[in-house]
Amino acid sequence: MKQYAYYPGCSLESLGKSYHLSAMEVSKALGVELKEIEDWNCCGATAYFPVDEFLAYTLTARNLAKAEKTGLDFVAPCSACYKNAFFTNKYIQHDADLADHINYALEVDDLHVSGTSRVRHLIDIFINDVGLEEIKTKVTNPLKDLRVAPYYGCQILRPRKEHEDVENPQYFENLLSTLGAEPVNYSSKARCCGGSLIITNRKAALDMVRILLQDAVNHDADVIATTCPMCNVNLEVYQAQVNREFGTQYAIPVMYFTQLMGLSFGIVPGHLGIGKQQVSSESMLAIAQNTK
Amino acid sequence: MTERIGVYICHCGTNIAGVVDVANVSKWAGEKLADQGVVISRDYKFMCSSLGQELIQKDIKEQNLNRVVVAACSPHLHEKTFRNACKGADLNPYLCELVSIREQDSWVHTDKAAATFKAKAIVSGGVSRVVHNEELTPLKVPIHPATLVVGGGIAGIQAALEIADAGFHVYLVEREPSIGGHMAQFDKTFPTLDCSACILTPKMVDVGNHPNITLLTWSEVQKVDGYVGNFAVTIKKKPRYIKIEDCTGCGICWEKCPKKVLDTVFEAGMGNRKAVYVPFPQAVPKYPVIDDVNCTYFLKGTCKACEKFCPTNAIDFKQEAEVITVEVGNIILATGYDLFDARRIPQYGYARFANVYTNLEFERLCNAAGPTGGNIVLRDGKTVPKTVGIVHCVGSRDKNYNAYCSAICCMQGLKFAHLVHERTGAEVYNFYIDIRTPSKGYEEFYNRLLEEGTRFVRGKVAEVSDFARVPEEEGKLVIQVEDTLIGKQRRIPVDMVILSSGLQSRHDSKDVAKLFGISCSADNWFIERHPKLDPVATMTEGVFIAGCVQGPKDIPASVAQGAAAAARVLGKIQQKEIALEPVRATINADQCSGCRICNNMCPFNAILFHENEMVSEVNPALCQGCGTCIAGCPAGAISGTGFSNDQILSQIDGLLLLNILKAAVPVES
Repeated sequence: MKQYAYYPGCSLESLGKSYHLSAMEVSKALGVELKEIEDWNCCGATAYFPVDEFLAYTLTARNLAKAEKTGLDFVAPCSACYKNAFFTNKYIQHDADLADHINYALEVDDLHVSGTSRVRHLIDIFINDVGLEEIKTKVTNPLKDLRVAPYYGCQILRPRKEHEDVENPQYFENLLSTLGAEPVNYSSKARCCGGSLIITNRKAALDMVRILLQDAVNHDADVIATTCPMCNVNLEVYQAQVNREFGTQYAIPVMYFTQLMGLSFGIVPGHLGIGKQQVSSESMLAIAQNTK
Repeated sequence: MTERIGVYICHCGTNIAGVVDVANVSKWAGEKLADQGVVISRDYKFMCSSLGQELIQKDIKEQNLNRVVVAACSPHLHEKTFRNACKGADLNPYLCELVSIREQDSWVHTDKAAATFKAKAIVSGGVSRVVHNEELTPLKVPIHPATLVVGGGIAGIQAALEIADAGFHVYLVEREPSIGGHMAQFDKTFPTLDCSACILTPKMVDVGNHPNITLLTWSEVQKVDGYVGNFAVTIKKKPRYIKIEDCTGCGICWEKCPKKVLDTVFEAGMGNRKAVYVPFPQAVPKYPVIDDVNCTYFLKGTCKACEKFCPTNAIDFKQEAEVITVEVGNIILATGYDLFDARRIPQYGYARFANVYTNLEFERLCNAAGPTGGNIVLRDGKTVPKTVGIVHCVGSRDKNYNAYCSAICCMQGLKFAHLVHERTGAEVYNFYIDIRTPSKGYEEFYNRLLEEGTRFVRGKVAEVSDFARVPEEEGKLVIQVEDTLIGKQRRIPVDMVILSSGLQSRHDSKDVAKLFGISCSADNWFIERHPKLDPVATMTEGVFIAGCVQGPKDIPASVAQGAAAAARVLGKIQQKEIALEPVRATINADQCSGCRICNNMCPFNAILFHENEMVSEVNPALCQGCGTCIAGCPAGAISGTGFSNDQILSQIDGLLLLNILKAAVPVES
């Protein structure tokens, strides 16, 4: 069984609960053990870094230090947590001065970080460690005829982490095809959802969400699939506000990729946290399950 | 001590004197290095000028100098100058040593005191070395009067014709079925809007008919042996499956051939050809080629329609590749460029949106002999675009792809704008970073476009998408760009996007460079001997370069280089024999163990291995004196004339000022 040091992040305990549930279900089905890091703390999100970069690094480094002890890869399901952890880890590796400062702070907690963990996103371990071929063997309920708009968002891609294609990546599409779904080819898949702008300048953020929704609708998508709880909230929870603001009538379900994986594995929707959304997922479920 | 050494410190205007206290260095050398044999030390404003050279010559005669050290620029630039000056005063040129206090000192330091100290060390190294220099005499070899030209684009054609017209034989090798290169694909040429084919095809015909040119199309160079004046080149002639002695080029075979193939080379994927084909009607030679990858006969063993209909029985399915060897004295490489693959910038939508074109595709689209007969229409084959966006600098001037400027795209974009405007009346936008139109008549062409009403938006395009934010954008391609002149983001909906893909080196340029023993830059363009003063020669004697293989350039510049390379070759041929640098490696056969380590290290393929004696030998004509084998030989069996161990170790001692320290003289004066 493949093991990982799992860092759920704050969102997955609240608004992103269904992501956590579905990630656990799917991992179990794929023989992946996500071992939650003990006593983890917030990664600093988008808010803390502009306020005090060094303290924000320290915050993230504490989680990394705990993961290092286990010797397992650090896995985050949230794109923002992933980005923060990835770069904090990189800076610790390359900036000895920063690493010293952080370790001085971590001493209080009897911890030490050296940047030896590999920081991964959840979708990366499913695609690259488990592999599409293995995933395919678990698909008992192919999502035939389900047109899915794969929404990467930005933080999973940008800033560029290693050598991946940040402009027109294909791995999400490949995963969806493996589940039997039809990935939609649309321009906006790596465009920003507005992120935390939804708090500070809501109108601007809503317009950014509208672009994503409209582009998915233009391409006849039945559902948008996400890899990040923040993207998911902006696209899903704020859909009603977009409609109020722009006089539109979007009603497109938004699902975590793990929820779609779960559906294709034949897991009961309720176990995947499906049914708790603001936008009804009935239309999508009808297509996904009619094919049983 | 019998050495009488003169030391000459150059100011190079302020290039050196601005950082190094040259008078101090000169005085110091005269005093502190007197023990080493220095009898005179001077500094002068421009040592390379005729007055500076005369100064050295006068000293050689009056002071009876038998060694000279010049501290100035890099030996790359002026080693020859000073050696010739010494030769002029009857001193063997190899007894003159040039040490660099410019590139290796004044240009890279700002601390004047430290730079002055370093200059002293460098001069001291030169003096210690020159003591061990020996008199050397260049080797003379005869030059074979024939020339190999590789690449049949406009640069290669020009070079071949110049040499052939002068009465010498040329072998012109081209890997495609016809000569013509990229220029044959274009419709019009900037800035005069001459029809490209009209000015190119007469030259192609001249090449085909010239008694002094052996045209080898559908052929590739496999191996190059020998050295300047005496190359033996092995060329593989790929099978055409056509008996050219019987073929009349009548065209019945490709008319009757039932197999259509997408032409990704000449038509840039915009049109089809047959499995037996000439790339275009004016092809030279006129003989077709059977494409054995796609031909039905080669795939399934049946068809033979071409054979059935050929009136002269010229089809030969059994033809095999032929390998020939030719002897030549000089080689000109004019292998051209590849287009940057626009797919590498996915946000520009090429290969994702139908109506995003590359520049080469557009050349075919607007070419009267192209797939649409010159009608500028969208991919549906009928809709005339109402608005067209031309995106400059695609893959050029971009550190994510190629940092350099591709030189031709500004003018090409202007040409496209003119053609689109003239033929469709469409509104044309040019999206540029800077407009660069430096050659003759180019700026005037730009002004003409401005007057024609072409729109220019200064800004690097962020993306091309099909997402409509407002109703006017629906069904269009939307170009998102920061207009840096008004400081605003703009979204401009268009029907067609043309990407000015930059030029890049051929995908196999590294292999070709290795084959001919020359070097590539970081971007894999072939490196010239000197960027300003010797742009068509290479560091390998007898191998010249012309056209885009050296770097991006337009047709006039490629033609000029083709002619220039030809002039250089003609100059060599006229000399009948050539003097070779005597600085080279020699292997002591008694010490050589035959391990062959040096054989593979040599970048010039200059080391032969004698199987019977089990020893390696350096071909003196081929050796360029780089020293790699000397450093690599585990037995220490190789030594270099002009760079013996004595010379190098003494120079190191001198650089470290060991001689002076031993003498317990304070280093600083």
